[in-house]
Amino acid sequence: MHVDLAVAWAAIIAFAVFAYVVMDGFDLGIGILFPSFAAGPQRDQAMNAIAPVWDGNETWLVMGGGGLLAAFPLAYAIILPATYPLMIAMLLGLVFRGVAFEFRGRDPRHRHLWDFGFCAGSTVAALAQGMTLGAILEGIPVVDGAYAGGWWHWLSGYSLLTGAALVVGYALLGATWLVWKTEGELQAQARRSARRLAVATLAALAAVSAATPFLAHDYWRRWFEMPGLVLTAPVPLLVGAVAWALLRGLRRGDERSPFLLALALFALGYLGLAVSIYPYLVPRSTTIWDAAAPPASQAFMLVGAVVIVPVILIYTAWAYRVFRGKVGSAGYH
Amino acid sequence: MFEHLDPLILARAQFAFTISFHFLFPSFTIGLASYLAVLEGLWLKTGNGVYHQLYAYWLRIFAVVFGMGVVSGLVMSYQFGTNWSAFSFRVGPIIGPLMAYEVMTAFFLEAGFLGVMLFGAGRVGRGMHCFATCMVALGTLISASWIIAANSWMHTPTGHAVNAQGQFVPAGPWLDIIFNPSFPYRLTHTVIASYLTTAMLVGGVGAWHLLKNRGDAAARKMFSMAMWMAALVTPLQIMAGDLHGRNTLTHQPVKVLAMEGDYAPSPQGAPLVLFGLPSDAEARVRHEVSLPGLGSLILLHDAKAPLPGLTDYPRDTWPPVAVVFWSFRLMVGLGLAMLTVGLWSLLARWRGRLYDWRWLHRAAVAVAPAGLVAVIAGWVTTEVGRQPYTVYGLLRTAHSASAIGAPALAMSLLAFIVVYGVVFGAGILYIIRMMARPPGAAPAANADHLPQRAAGITPAAAIVGAPPQGGVAGSARRGP
Repeated sequence: MHVDLAVAWAAIIAFAVFAYVVMDGFDLGIGILFPSFAAGPQRDQAMNAIAPVWDGNETWLVMGGGGLLAAFPLAYAIILPATYPLMIAMLLGLVFRGVAFEFRGRDPRHRHLWDFGFCAGSTVAALAQGMTLGAILEGIPVVDGAYAGGWWHWLSGYSLLTGAALVVGYALLGATWLVWKTEGELQAQARRSARRLAVATLAALAAVSAATPFLAHDYWRRWFEMPGLVLTAPVPLLVGAVAWALLRGLRRGDERSPFLLALALFALGYLGLAVSIYPYLVPRSTTIWDAAAPPASQAFMLVGAVVIVPVILIYTAWAYRVFRGKVGSAGYH
Repeated sequence: MFEHLDPLILARAQFAFTISFHFLFPSFTIGLASYLAVLEGLWLKTGNGVYHQLYAYWLRIFAVVFGMGVVSGLVMSYQFGTNWSAFSFRVGPIIGPLMAYEVMTAFFLEAGFLGVMLFGAGRVGRGMHCFATCMVALGTLISASWIIAANSWMHTPTGHAVNAQGQFVPAGPWLDIIFNPSFPYRLTHTVIASYLTTAMLVGGVGAWHLLKNRGDAAARKMFSMAMWMAALVTPLQIMAGDLHGRNTLTHQPVKVLAMEGDYAPSPQGAPLVLFGLPSDAEARVRHEVSLPGLGSLILLHDAKAPLPGLTDYPRDTWPPVAVVFWSFRLMVGLGLAMLTVGLWSLLARWRGRLYDWRWLHRAAVAVAPAGLVAVIAGWVTTEVGRQPYTVYGLLRTAHSASAIGAPALAMSLLAFIVVYGVVFGAGILYIIRMMARPPGAAPAANADHLPQRAAGITPAAAIVGAPPQGGVAGSARRGP
């Protein structure tokens, strides 16, 4: 059987990035919303909803980055220098986010500072990730297989829009996760936020969708001409249906469906993205075949990935199962 | 305002800074994870509460150190691309898959079971919890193996070819790349170093509490366990270091000559330079204090064996000799200090004074950070000794960097220094505070009715079956 290794690895990395976006997305979203929760048991409860799983969720980001280096070194070597300040900002944001889990419990006198760092770090990381996406979609100048732009090239109205959109979207994921995992006042607060954020996410999705086809003719053609049209045409309808179900679920007091429907919104957005980009890794300059590592490298990793990734998914699911049910605010009784 | 700075030096400074900070954390957690697995295993086997007390004590510290290791490690996985994109493009096909395997076989394993290890004591059985601890410990060792394989390949590249685009690509079996000539030596030396680092810190903390209260059963236990490690493992480490050094002499002679300060060739056998001031300009060690023949005796196990000198090799293949020379001496000196304490503890044990020889306890406190410092010194020796190459002999550091301007590099370096200084400075302070708390005492953070840790439950209470304090454990009964 013939396997196009480059396509297989593009699919694995796309999966890792999507896993990261939805799983760390709700972690970061809770960070973004953190100031809206009352200090004390509410914040502790919000933290407890993600403390046992955030590290595993973040690991998908290492998988996405490491996988890109290994399978598509050229793309890695172009995209990271092109988005240099965004990458540094994201990493530093994730430093503040990650240490807050332990530090805020270790130092009650400065807890408000680590809480601030948790929120600011989460927000900066989300914004930087969204802006990176925007910068890639807009196009990266490449000459002789290397980035050939300045160090502010990534900054534009469009990348700011995608950055803001991802912050809003992550916040929606975070709020709906809390609706699922918490109860009482915090859950009520999360539900109120989720309703507003669902509307805001729809608006952001619409704004990005409206702006993207005008970036370059190629996107326009992919979205509105055959065969892309077959995939893109149902998307707005599906988005509308999912959004309607999401808002209805929140109004009715559903606990699980809002999170799952928010995931569905992300999946639809991601599908639109895939239609826009494939088979490029760096739009209009570098395809997955241009950037591919030699077959010996991709095949070696593929053997491992096919065996190990399912095992990872099994024990990750087990870990989530161990912590199923509502979280408490711990110690507060 | 930074335009006049050299981008290459800035990129190297940034990598050196972020990786040195990062390396502190795993070099502690690799050993500590294994120690926790041993403690929990002993507790399950013997039912002795002291083991459980120590497990709970060190788990709290582990959580903080591990968290800092995770966030500083994430930075490393992206720094290859931001600052070293030319290296990433050319070497990605070789070291990328090794790092991808590290993520798939180690990072997910650690992260997946860490949550259960830290917060799951009230939610899974004791055996399952111990299994989670073992998986985290196993993950740290698997992680070390892959990353050291990648690093070793940069020192002693094998099993590759260079393609038309100038990329290093696999040629032949992957085992040739993974088991490159320096890998077994480097891995052994590094993993033992982590165990020794942990032993010194655990022993130092135990000794500190013995100085305050020599009846503290938990302090006695941890001090005794740590001193067994120090006494037995330090000599092993010196042997491993000797083998690693001789392996380096075969594959990277220039590095060893820089470590030794041997500028001139020694046809009749090289002396051991104890101290002096290496001067590349004069190509000699000024104010040299040396022992004749001992250098060859150590490296070649023959005092009369001839050894080349740095001047036998082109100047543009020398590393910065003074850095390598001094960091190596620092590492060896600290190793000897750790050996002394280890042997002293054997004497104390033999004379029945392990728990009341106050000068031994003071010495153990003094060498508590010796392992950490020695790890960094050793790392500097081997990595600076690899200069001026990233892939030894094949790819120069100057040809590895991204085309990022000095202003961007300088700004990001400053940001890293400020953020790491604040965040990890605070973290290290918290660790020291936790270490200062006696192992027998109940944790104090519950005083304000706030959670012990992020997810709230005190694993100790939950494991021994004390009533859950609410939170995760309490809500388990309410959950659907």
